[in-house]
Amino acid sequence: MLDSESLKQRQMQTRVFQTDDEAKVLAACAALLQDTGFNIDESETKLGVIVGSKDRSAVSAGQVVASIFVALLTGAAMPVDKNQKMRACVVSKPIGEEKKTIAVRVTFQRIVWDTQGKITKRECLTDPKIYQEFFEKLSKSLFLEANEVF
Amino acid sequence: MKYFSFKNCVMVVFVLSLIAGCATTQQQLLDSESSQLRLRSIQTRAFDTTDKEKTLRAVIATLQDLGFLIDKADATLGMVTATKLDRYALRMTVTVRPRGETQLLVRANAQYELTPVDDPEPYQHFFSALQKAMFLAAHEVD
Repeated sequence: MLDSESLKQRQMQTRVFQTDDEAKVLAACAALLQDTGFNIDESETKLGVIVGSKDRSAVSAGQVVASIFVALLTGAAMPVDKNQKMRACVVSKPIGEEKKTIAVRVTFQRIVWDTQGKITKRECLTDPKIYQEFFEKLSKSLFLEANEVF
Repeated sequence: MKYFSFKNCVMVVFVLSLIAGCATTQQQLLDSESSQLRLRSIQTRAFDTTDKEKTLRAVIATLQDLGFLIDKADATLGMVTATKLDRYALRMTVTVRPRGETQLLVRANAQYELTPVDDPEPYQHFFSALQKAMFLAAHEVD
């Protein structure tokens, strides 16, 4: 359901670039996903969609310490988060009448498994800092592409 | 429940905490620790050709030679993703893009189990196999 948060989310996840070359923007996004360690799972260039994912450790020191304490007190093993799959979806879209600007929207999700193989978290990542850093890196990627360095 | 004995539990927790480190979700998500430029330079080579399709086919053939199975290929964007399972799981994405009028850039990135591969050596092996399949030299890009 759309609520007051939806617009806020959309603003946080979207940036607009002054160019009409959608292919170039998408290529920069793909390169950026590679920069940030994602593998590309899905892409549909005509619709401006790229989906990537990566597997990483999800162990957090705090949780491990808590688990040790529980184990010491009760003798029972409390499962802790072990690994996670992080997913990124980038969608580009020409906007305006003349289509001289491209909007790029990115969304991140993650699924976390614990030491017993159970799913403990399935969530959308909504920290604004994440999106800020992503778009800073995207600007850098676009710059590198535009100057044909890489 | 022998496996859940206190000793085993402490062992598991200890080993996990050794592997863990304390990266935040943001650092994990955007690999904030690594430098964008350094990564690109070890993961990228330029080839003196403009034939994108032939290059992609050579990439696919090389990945197959190296024991990978192709998950996904897209000619428009110029990318191939493949996975190798050999007791370990190695997942790799390769993209091919034009560079100027005369060259193509081939960029590869990989993850080994739960970690990104940022050591130059595996990429050197990949590109040395690729240049043999392409009959063209792979130029380093600075």
